Amino acid sequence: MLTNHVPCEIKIVHIDTMLELILVGDWVLDADTPSLDPLLAQMIKGSTIKRLVFSTEALGHWDSLLMTDLIRVIDHGARQGIEVDTTSLPEGIQGLLSLVYAVPERLDAKRQDIKRSWLEVIGHFVISAVTEANLLLIFVGETVLSVGALLRGKARFRTVDLWINIQDCGPSAVPIITLISFLIGLILAFVGALELALFGAQIYIADMVGLGMTREMGGFMAAIIMSGRTGAAFAAQLGTMQVNSEIDALKTMGFKPMEFLVLPRMLALILIMPMLCLYADLMGIIGGSLVTVGFFDVSFLEYFDRTSGAIHLKDLMVGVTKCSVFGVLIALSGCLRGMQCGRSASAVGKAATSAVVTCIVFIVIADSTMTLICNRLGI
Amino acid sequence: MSTPCLTIKNMTMAYGDFVIQRDLDFTINSGDVFIIMGGSGCGKSTLLMHLIGLQHPVKGQVFYGSESLWEADINVRQRILKRTGVLFQSGALLSSMTLAENIALPLSQHTKLSAMRIREIVSYKLALVGLAGFEDYYPAEISGGMQKRAGLARAMALDPEILYFDEPSAGLDPISAKLLDDLIRSLRDNLGSTIVMVTHELASIFAIGTNSVFLDADTKTMIAGGPPKQLLAESTDPKVVRFLTRGVMEKHHLHTTNSQEHSEL
Repeated sequence: MLTNHVPCEIKIVHIDTMLELILVGDWVLDADTPSLDPLLAQMIKGSTIKRLVFSTEALGHWDSLLMTDLIRVIDHGARQGIEVDTTSLPEGIQGLLSLVYAVPERLDAKRQDIKRSWLEVIGHFVISAVTEANLLLIFVGETVLSVGALLRGKARFRTVDLWINIQDCGPSAVPIITLISFLIGLILAFVGALELALFGAQIYIADMVGLGMTREMGGFMAAIIMSGRTGAAFAAQLGTMQVNSEIDALKTMGFKPMEFLVLPRMLALILIMPMLCLYADLMGIIGGSLVTVGFFDVSFLEYFDRTSGAIHLKDLMVGVTKCSVFGVLIALSGCLRGMQCGRSASAVGKAATSAVVTCIVFIVIADSTMTLICNRLGI
Repeated sequence: MSTPCLTIKNMTMAYGDFVIQRDLDFTINSGDVFIIMGGSGCGKSTLLMHLIGLQHPVKGQVFYGSESLWEADINVRQRILKRTGVLFQSGALLSSMTLAENIALPLSQHTKLSAMRIREIVSYKLALVGLAGFEDYYPAEISGGMQKRAGLARAMALDPEILYFDEPSAGLDPISAKLLDDLIRSLRDNLGSTIVMVTHELASIFAIGTNSVFLDADTKTMIAGGPPKQLLAESTDPKVVRFLTRGVMEKHHLHTTNSQEHSEL
């Protein structure tokens, strides 16, 4: 890199109907270039100027900066009907100019921002929502078909993939599930205890934590964690496979991506989620017991006795059933977003984000619905 | 012109304990179109990574002019590397940005140019590679060949003195590949840049290469070097000859078919 540049400047010389543009100095990226406006102002249709020539004896180093200025002058000349004679420019510049003008600009390629009316915006929104819902239904339909194929023993996927996915969703998720459900149990106990202690009814904390964890919070928190942990991972894995054309490759080899990729993931989650749910319940209850025993004068024995009296098998079943449904939803939305992924790096990010959002929305809707049904049926 | 622009001295490259190439010694002169060639897996792309500062050599030096790339501190290295531009195999355009934003990125970060001026330079670079008018396209919306040319436009954004190409014609049809070769050559001629190219495309090697180094995977070192045409005419190493003639010519009838094969290429 040069450190000492000769400052660049232009001189304009009139010769009858001709302008001579004298380029002086080093025209390199960091330099301050003189304004071209005085020159362009003289090059106007109908003026006496008919021709522009260059003089480059005093021109030093040059790069893209000079090129863009020259292109501006040449384009301006072409618009104003003034001949610009480039033959006196250095050979390198002439070569580059011929490259620049070799392929004419694709005018139809230019994009324009079209301003939409609000009605149109709403219309587009509705149409895209309907298309989205359609795609979801198609995906669910395909999933059902591939589960059908699985039941008939005709689904093709590698058993080892199933085990890898079970390992990924199950044992690897245990630490974070432990942490979160333990804290949830702790918090539930604290929140309830402050009120219950007023009546001397601390022992009912056990009921509250036990029922709350098994029927609702254990499965729900496990599902939320798994949607962030596994749903996003599914979307990113499948999305990256989409980007690398791996899914196309599977198709050409005669595998159905729904069976080969989606089924093992879905099966793994359906198998694992009930266990994670039970584990989360246990951790929550332990968390609750620590608070109750530590701060509210209840012994461990009393607490667990009370808990085992409060929780019935049906409460556990309700929680586990819900959690299995969540498992299906997480696998479904994770895989759906992965399979819909576009073919670029940013599309993978979008797929992962929308997978988590979809998962959580589905989980909340499903949870409210199932809780409502249980409530009505008195389960 | 034969001022050394890049000197590789006694360099050994390895991943952990696994040596890729050892004892590499060669010089790339200013204005050369320097070809790094060799069979698949011989470490061509790894060598490129060492030259552009992405991988540290286990032993030896890379000199840019008189400055050592790897002994310099990080700021000096950044400054050296700013004088280089790299076209990756698949273009490596940032997919979340339009072509214009891709090319404008180094300009807006490394120079103090105005937004207006940057826009002009972007249009100029795109026009140079035959993509005028495609400013607002995303990389995913254009073809592979166009992505490669857009990648070239980005590599040239800062007017680098040295341009690196990793398999520029891979995945292009012969005509596009030839057009890219012509483009590279005319850029070299007009800008005076030095070109370093990893390729095993024979047509490109003979059409534009002015100097070369041949890496061998078995002996794990360079076994030949020099202008490709001269290598074809004079080399007696069976590996080099087989590579440069696509294995058509065995050594014993080298002399009888040499001139014919050469003219076809």
